[in-house]
Amino acid sequence: MRRWLPLLLALLAPPALAAIDAEHRFDDPAQEARYRDLIAELRCPKCQNQNIADSNAPLAQDLRQKVYDMMQAGRSDQEIVDYLVARYGDFVRYRPPLRADTWLLWFGPFAAIGAAALGVALWLHSRAQRTRPALDEHARQRLAELLRQHDEDSR
Amino acid sequence: MSRGLKLTLLLALPLAGFLALLGLLWQGLGRDPSLLPSALIDRPLPAFRLAALGEPGRFISQDDLKGKPALLNVWATWCPTCRAEHEMLRSLAAQGVTIYGVNYKDDPTKAVQWLKDLGNPYTLNIDDQSGQLGIDLGVYGAPETFILDARGVIRYRHVGAVDEQVWREVLEPRLKLLQGGQG
Amino acid sequence: MLPEIGQFTLLLAIANAALLGTLPLLGAARGDGRLMTVARPLAAGQFAFVGLAFLCLALAFVDNDFSVAYVANNSNTQLPLWYRITAVWGGHEGSMLLWSLILAGWTLAVALASAALPRELLARVLGVMGLISLGFLLFLQLTSNPFARNLPFFPLDGRDLNPLLQDFGLIVHPPMLYMGYVGFSVAFAFVVAALLSGRLDSAWARWSRPWTTAAWCFLTLGIALGSWWAYYELGWGGWWFWDPVENASFMPWLLGTALIHSLAATEKRGVFRAWTVLLAIATFSLSVLGTFLVRSGVLTSVHAFANDPERGLFILTLLALISGGALTLLVLRAHVIRSEGEFAPLSRESGLLANNLLLVGGCAVVFTGTLFPLAVDVLNLGKLSVGPPYFNTLFVPLALVLLAVLGVGPLLRWKRDSAGRLWRPLAPWLAAAGVLGLTLPSLVGAEFRWLVSLSLALVLWVLFSSLQDLRERLEHRSRPWYSAWHLPRAYKGMLLAHLGLAVTVTGVALTSHYSVERDVRLILEQSVQIGPYRFRLDALENADGPNYTATRARIEVRDGADRIVRLMTPEKRLYTVQQMPMTEVALAPGLLRDLYVALGEPLDQRSWAVRIYYKPFVRWLWLGALLMAAGGLLALLDPRYRLARRRATVAAGGSANVARA
Repeated sequence: MRRWLPLLLALLAPPALAAIDAEHRFDDPAQEARYRDLIAELRCPKCQNQNIADSNAPLAQDLRQKVYDMMQAGRSDQEIVDYLVARYGDFVRYRPPLRADTWLLWFGPFAAIGAAALGVALWLHSRAQRTRPALDEHARQRLAELLRQHDEDSR
Repeated sequence: MSRGLKLTLLLALPLAGFLALLGLLWQGLGRDPSLLPSALIDRPLPAFRLAALGEPGRFISQDDLKGKPALLNVWATWCPTCRAEHEMLRSLAAQGVTIYGVNYKDDPTKAVQWLKDLGNPYTLNIDDQSGQLGIDLGVYGAPETFILDARGVIRYRHVGAVDEQVWREVLEPRLKLLQGGQG
Repeated sequence: MLPEIGQFTLLLAIANAALLGTLPLLGAARGDGRLMTVARPLAAGQFAFVGLAFLCLALAFVDNDFSVAYVANNSNTQLPLWYRITAVWGGHEGSMLLWSLILAGWTLAVALASAALPRELLARVLGVMGLISLGFLLFLQLTSNPFARNLPFFPLDGRDLNPLLQDFGLIVHPPMLYMGYVGFSVAFAFVVAALLSGRLDSAWARWSRPWTTAAWCFLTLGIALGSWWAYYELGWGGWWFWDPVENASFMPWLLGTALIHSLAATEKRGVFRAWTVLLAIATFSLSVLGTFLVRSGVLTSVHAFANDPERGLFILTLLALISGGALTLLVLRAHVIRSEGEFAPLSRESGLLANNLLLVGGCAVVFTGTLFPLAVDVLNLGKLSVGPPYFNTLFVPLALVLLAVLGVGPLLRWKRDSAGRLWRPLAPWLAAAGVLGLTLPSLVGAEFRWLVSLSLALVLWVLFSSLQDLRERLEHRSRPWYSAWHLPRAYKGMLLAHLGLAVTVTGVALTSHYSVERDVRLILEQSVQIGPYRFRLDALENADGPNYTATRARIEVRDGADRIVRLMTPEKRLYTVQQMPMTEVALAPGLLRDLYVALGEPLDQRSWAVRIYYKPFVRWLWLGALLMAAGGLLALLDPRYRLARRRATVAAGGSANVARA
């Protein structure tokens, strides 16, 4: 039985059509924008990689309804997200929480870029130090003078 | 340190990183990324008060599911996999396993007929037409089967059909452990 | 019979790849001229055999030969001929065959175009490409054979091509993408060949530059096509979702872009050699990693192929061999790598370093975000999702800093430059860009958004500094327009590509902040106002096609002055074989705005749920990508590369003579 199960599930997978939902309306455009932003950041637990705004799956429809109802009841974004995370886990939010176990995610790339930039800066600096003695101040002035003369000659 | 050696060590870093990546991808193979562990493990059942399936006057609450370790099975007539596991649930019930049912977002008439036709393995059946209990339980695809301990705390969740193998390898050992702890 | 011929030529191709992957490399190692000369004919044979196998599969599709399992799974007698041919790469097996064909194509191109390369180098390059080819052909044969039969009982009709793929965008998207992915194998092969020979001077950089640029152009177009497709197909209306599959194509693009720039520094000034080698290896590795991510099932995506851990294991092994081998070789040869040129902290070289740091940093962001959920899962720390909010938060600042650097970078002089020289002419431009960025949105009556203003200011900064650079180059010429036309193609190409990026960023900034997106209930003979337009549902009619049934809406669009702008006809289809609903979006494209209408579900007899979008400047996204690709193409046509090749021949011939003497 286990062997045909994945096949069956594949056949039942909801089509990836975008959800077009004309039912959940708000009188206040700001509220409506808030609703749109919120459902775009929540992941449909049932689907492949889709948020509940785009997904047509029945569960996504239920969760949209839930978010809508909670907003109508005056709940804040944080309360709504907490409500869903308590039931579906962190999987349900596309914006991972900032915690000790996600520091690497949130700060890792920039820390690496910063470290690399620092390394490059130190490297350039040490090279500049090394190359400087090749020309002392007097020689550099002389060179600049020659170059200027050359420029004028060539005009 | 010579320049050459320094560069060698520096260039060994990407190789080391790459090997770590290979290890990660290797471990990731064969995992099902869509399988979701329950967020409710080791938490008490969410509070609810819902009608018993087919008996609109009788109400069931979370307290009715306490007393002994049991399975809580989320099912619906629109779910073909539920039909596939139904026979297995019946045989478990016959072996004395307590199974509570959550009839999830279903038509009660159809559900009652289904139990008449296929047999009823459930000790109690909760009628969750609105799907609110489903959301509170974090259900994302029927069938799902939770293991409850005697105090009504959720200890495990299985997503997908319960078959002989799942029962033997996954559910039975965990349920035994709970029953042992109680006895 | 044809499938058997296809299977046979596939086996021949494998044997051929095995020879190509060994003999020339052996010859180069031993200095055996005869073994090296077989490389070019074997490269031609490779293309012929894989091409024949591909042709046989295509003919099986044309013939509706459902005894071939792959044809039965991806085609249908009712499918129009055109789609039956393109269905060849509509599934996993066929798309891998296309991958192999494109690899053989690049191999052949290298063999044909690089006749002037030193014999040993050419033998090694073709040999490495032969090895890669061998790996992927074995993968095809052993885990994903497209010629596998459904015998003796085969279906009378096929299961049809996924309706999603019955579309122009998705027909051209995969070949373009693969041309890009696989094209990076050329730079990779040049690097490995150079590492094998132990001669890591700048020559390999000069030779691999045009190939890298060509691959990059294809990848740019491929990604843009994918984004365009996602925009109009299925009624999503978005153009980038940070889905793992999109990220898998974006990472090699970012690294490939970095590679193009560091190759320039390595070729011209002999600097960053080890870094460029590493980038070339990493770019192709990420292409293979992308293939793994899409086909192994380790990540969930909207677009992934049917997933199979066994195939995943095979590609993972290939990745380990290809990239692990090259990286190990790099460590072993590290001592021979010597970077030459000296440069000051403010110079073109450091500008390119900053460019590389930002692009690789961007790639690190995408990489971390894509693989972090997998790492958390593997370590049993639970499940979490990383989505657009994360990527936008981290990627957008990097992209903006990149634009800021891009404004100065091309004006910097090699070796050493002075801040004073740059600052004087650029300061007024910088001020102008800032002021215009801040005021432009308000001038056209749009709401002030600081991110839009910042983006616009940076875009203008890139534009102005490019103009300033042009002005400086043409300052003392008597006929500036004539001279501008005759500037080196490489320079014009660079300018065009940079402006393309600016155009794309403009599109991203404006469409992200000023789009009006509404899902509405549209009732027959009633209208709704979206942005500056009124949409009126005039009629609903039947519009059945060859393999689907459909409802079509006729929606009239009027502007503020009540003039009819457009009649839009979105459709909702049901593909009968797979019982799959599809929505056909109606678009009114324009340079300054798109109107976008998609049908949802009927709500009752006289009304539908309809998605209506007003998207300003959305075309600029893809227009910019086109400009970038055109810039790459122009740079590719620079006669310098041909000269370089001729010079290289002379140099190589000279050194060979010396060696013999």
